Amino acid sequence: MAQYDVVIIGGGPGGYNAAIRAGQLGLKVACIEGRGTLGGTCLNVGCIPSKAMLHASELYELANKDFAKMGIDGKVTVNLPVMLQQKADSVQALTKGIEFLLKKNKVDYIKGWGRIASQGKVAVKAEDGTETVLETLNIVIATGSEPTPLPGVDIDQKRIIDSTGALVIPEIPKSMVVIGAGIIGLELGSVWRRLGAEVTVVEYLDRITPGMDAETAKTFQRILTKQGVKFKLGTKVTAAKASKTDVNLTVEPSAGGAAETLNADYVLVAIGRRPYTDGLGLETVGIVPDKRGFITNDHFKTSAPGVWVVGDATYGPMLAHKAEDDGVACIELIAGKAGHVNYDLVPSVVYTFPEVAWVGKNEEELKAAGIAYKSGKFPFTANSRAKVNHEGEGFVKVLADATTDQILGVHMIGPQVGEMIGEYCVAMEFSASSEDVARTSHPHPTRSEALRQAAMGVEGWTMQA
Amino acid sequence: MADIMTPALGESVAEATVARWTKKVGDAVKRDEMLIELETDKVSLEVVSPADGVLTEIVAAEGDTVLPGALLGRVTAGAAASPLAPAPVAAPVPAPAPAPVAAAIAPSVRRIAAETGLDTSTISGSGKDGRVTKGDALAALEARAAAPAVAPAPSAPRPVHEREYRVKMTRLRQTIARRLKEAQNTAAMLTTFNEVDMSAVMALRNQYKDVFEKRHGVKLGFMSFFVKACVEALKDVPDVNAEIDGTDLLYKNHYDIGVAVGTEKGLVVPVVRDAETLSLAGIEKAIGVLGKKARDGQLSIDDMQGGTFTISNGGVYGSLMSTPILNAPQSGILGMHKIQDRPMVVGGQIVVRPMMYLALSYDHRVVDGQGAVTFLVKVKDYIEDPQRLLLDL
Repeated sequence: MAQYDVVIIGGGPGGYNAAIRAGQLGLKVACIEGRGTLGGTCLNVGCIPSKAMLHASELYELANKDFAKMGIDGKVTVNLPVMLQQKADSVQALTKGIEFLLKKNKVDYIKGWGRIASQGKVAVKAEDGTETVLETLNIVIATGSEPTPLPGVDIDQKRIIDSTGALVIPEIPKSMVVIGAGIIGLELGSVWRRLGAEVTVVEYLDRITPGMDAETAKTFQRILTKQGVKFKLGTKVTAAKASKTDVNLTVEPSAGGAAETLNADYVLVAIGRRPYTDGLGLETVGIVPDKRGFITNDHFKTSAPGVWVVGDATYGPMLAHKAEDDGVACIELIAGKAGHVNYDLVPSVVYTFPEVAWVGKNEEELKAAGIAYKSGKFPFTANSRAKVNHEGEGFVKVLADATTDQILGVHMIGPQVGEMIGEYCVAMEFSASSEDVARTSHPHPTRSEALRQAAMGVEGWTMQA
Repeated sequence: MADIMTPALGESVAEATVARWTKKVGDAVKRDEMLIELETDKVSLEVVSPADGVLTEIVAAEGDTVLPGALLGRVTAGAAASPLAPAPVAAPVPAPAPAPVAAAIAPSVRRIAAETGLDTSTISGSGKDGRVTKGDALAALEARAAAPAVAPAPSAPRPVHEREYRVKMTRLRQTIARRLKEAQNTAAMLTTFNEVDMSAVMALRNQYKDVFEKRHGVKLGFMSFFVKACVEALKDVPDVNAEIDGTDLLYKNHYDIGVAVGTEKGLVVPVVRDAETLSLAGIEKAIGVLGKKARDGQLSIDDMQGGTFTISNGGVYGSLMSTPILNAPQSGILGMHKIQDRPMVVGGQIVVRPMMYLALSYDHRVVDGQGAVTFLVKVKDYIEDPQRLLLDL
C-alpha cells in the first residue's frame, strides 16, 4: 500500500479541515471517520443541529409572543416530527457537502474507526470488522471530545440525556432539568423552554457561564430568567433516579446543607466535555494523556515522533472553529509552512436569544492581570435597527488598554451578536485600537452601529446614547 | 525589460530621495543616459539607464524615498532604440502610482500623524506584519516629546499666508540643519579671534602666480597657504586635531582638512586628504578637483568623510568676521574672512596693510583656551611669514 504523508484520525471540524488543507498543499492524505458521516460532533450532534432547533424554536416563540405587537395576528403550533426532520435533513446535506470537499481536495475518506498501531501505522476497523493498516509519515489525532458524565447520574438517553439525546427528544417535555449552566445547557434548555417545557437549570457554581464576562453573564441570566428559565445556582446534584416517565433528582447546596428533590420529565446533563481518545492506541507510541484526558502538545506535536494532535483532544477552548484553526495550522507546519493560531482571539458565542458573543479578555481577567483599561458600552435600546425590530435587549462593551487604546476584549449580548463579533476578531488580530473601530464607517441603520458606538465610548465620545 | 534599481548608496547612507526624473514614461532612452537624480544625506547621485529602449514605468516618483536595491522604474529594451522603429503606438499609460502606504495605516494612526506631524514610516510597528498600531504611534509621540529639542516637534504645518510660499527642504538641507544643531548641542563651542597681515603671502603669490600656474596647471590661491599653515599649527597643538569618543580622546596623526564649499544646493565640505604630505600645488590641485565635483553635484560620500579639521572661507562672500560652527565630531574650525586694507601700526608708523580677521571656533571640552589661542597665533605667524612653512619653523 502506498504511503501517506498524513493520516488524520477523526472527521470533525479539526480533522476534515486539516484534510482539506493537506489536499490543497499537495500532501497525500487520508481522513478516517467511524461515525458513518463526516463533520464530527459539531455537525452531527452539536453546533449545527442545535442551531437548527434554536432557529426553529426561536421563530415559533417569536410568532406567538411578538407578532401581535407588529400587527400580525394568529396562533402557530409546533409540529415536532417535522422540526426534527428538517434539522436532520440539513445535517445530512452538510455531511454530504464535506464528503464532496474531501473528494475535491483528493483526500481519501476512509470509513471506520482509526487506531494508532505503531509509529507511522494506523489500523482502521471497518463496520464489517475487517481491519486494514495505513502507512503514513504523519498521524494527526483529531478525535474530539464527548460529554462528561456526572457520577450518580447515569445517562440512559431516554429520560436522562446528554446533548446528543437532547436533540432528538420525541416529545415536548413538560419539564426539564438542565445540569450545568454552560453554553450547551443554556442553548438546549432554551430550545425546549421555547417549545413549552418548564426548564430549571442547576449549576454547581454561583454564576452561570463561567468564562463569560461577569457583567455580561449577569445581564444574560436576568434576560433568561425573564424568559422563564429557573436557575438553581450554587447547587450540586448528588443522585438521579429515572423511571419510565420522569426523573427524581437529589440536589443540595454546593457549600453543604439540606438536600431536596427535583422532579422532571427529562434531565439533561451538560456539565462539559472531555477528550475522546478511547481505544486510540496512544500507548503504542508512548503518548500518555494528562489526568483529564488531554494530549499535551508543542505546536501540535505530541511526545511521539510523527504524531500530532488538534482540536478538543488537546488544550484550548473546545470549540469547532478553534479545532478548524488547529487543523489548518498543524497541516501547514507538517508541510513546512508557518502555521499559527492566536488562542487569545478565539471568539465564543452563545446562540440563545439574545445571543452572547465575546472575544479577548473580560474585565475580571484584566483586573487580575493588573492591566489598566478603559471601557465603552452601548445599549441596543439606543440602536435604531434593534429598536424597530423590538430587539432592544443587551449591550456591546469594548475594553481597551488605558495607555495604547488597543482593544483587549469585546463582550456583546444582543440580537445576532454572534454574526457581528467577527468584526472585532479582525480588528483585534490587527492590534486595532478602539479609535480605529470608532473611525470606521458602519452602515445605518444596522445593529452593527452599536459596535462602533461602544468603541467610541472607550474614549468618551459615544454619540447616540 | 530592464529594471532600474537604486544603487548602493555608500556606508552609513540608508536611503535616498528621488530628486528628479529627466525622462517621462514613453521617452526613448539610451544605455548609460542619465535618468534619475537621487539625493542622499550626503551627496546627489545619478542613476543611468541600464539599456537602450523606452522608459516604460516610473515606480519611484519624484520626492519618494528609496532604499538601496529598490526598483525605481523600468526600461523596455530595444523598442525605440532604432530611429527606424515606429514610435510606440500609444505611449504606455503611466503606471498608477503605487497605493500610498498611508492607506494601510490604521485610522487612529492616520489621525495622530495628521495632527502631530509624526512620521509613521520611522516607527517600528508591533501589529500584525509590523503594522504601526495606535499604541506604537502614541509611544513614538511620547519619545519625541521626551527627546531633547534636537528635532523640535514639527507642529501641524501652519497655513501659508499671502506673499509666502512653502518649499520642502531638500535632504541635503535637512542634514545640514540637523548636523549643525547637533554640533551646537554637543560641543562646548566658543570662538577666538585674531587678525593676519596678508602682505607677505600676497607678495609671494603675485611674484609666482604665473609661473606656478604654468608649472602646475592650477592657480595659486590663498587657501593652500591656510591649509598648510593649519596643518603645521595642528601639529603644534594636537588637541585641535582630536575628537571626543565617549570618555576618551582620539588624537590623529593624519591631517585631513575639510574645505567648505558653497554650492547652489548648499554647503558641502569635501576633504583634502593627508594634507601634511602635499605641496602647495598638491593642495591647490586637490581643492580644484573637489570644488568642481561639488559644484557639479558629483561628490561621493568618500570625498566628504573623515576630515579632522575644517576651514571655512566666508571672505569670498565679503564676510568681515564670523563664528563658524564646528563640523562634528571635529574639535576645531578656522574661519577665513575678507582681506581688507586697514591702517596698521608697524614700527611706530601707520601703514596700510591688507588684513584678514581669523576666527577659530573650538570645542572647549577638548581644547583649552591657551591651545586655541596658540593655534590661531601659529596660523597667523605662518601666513605673515610663509618662509617659516618652508623651513618648518
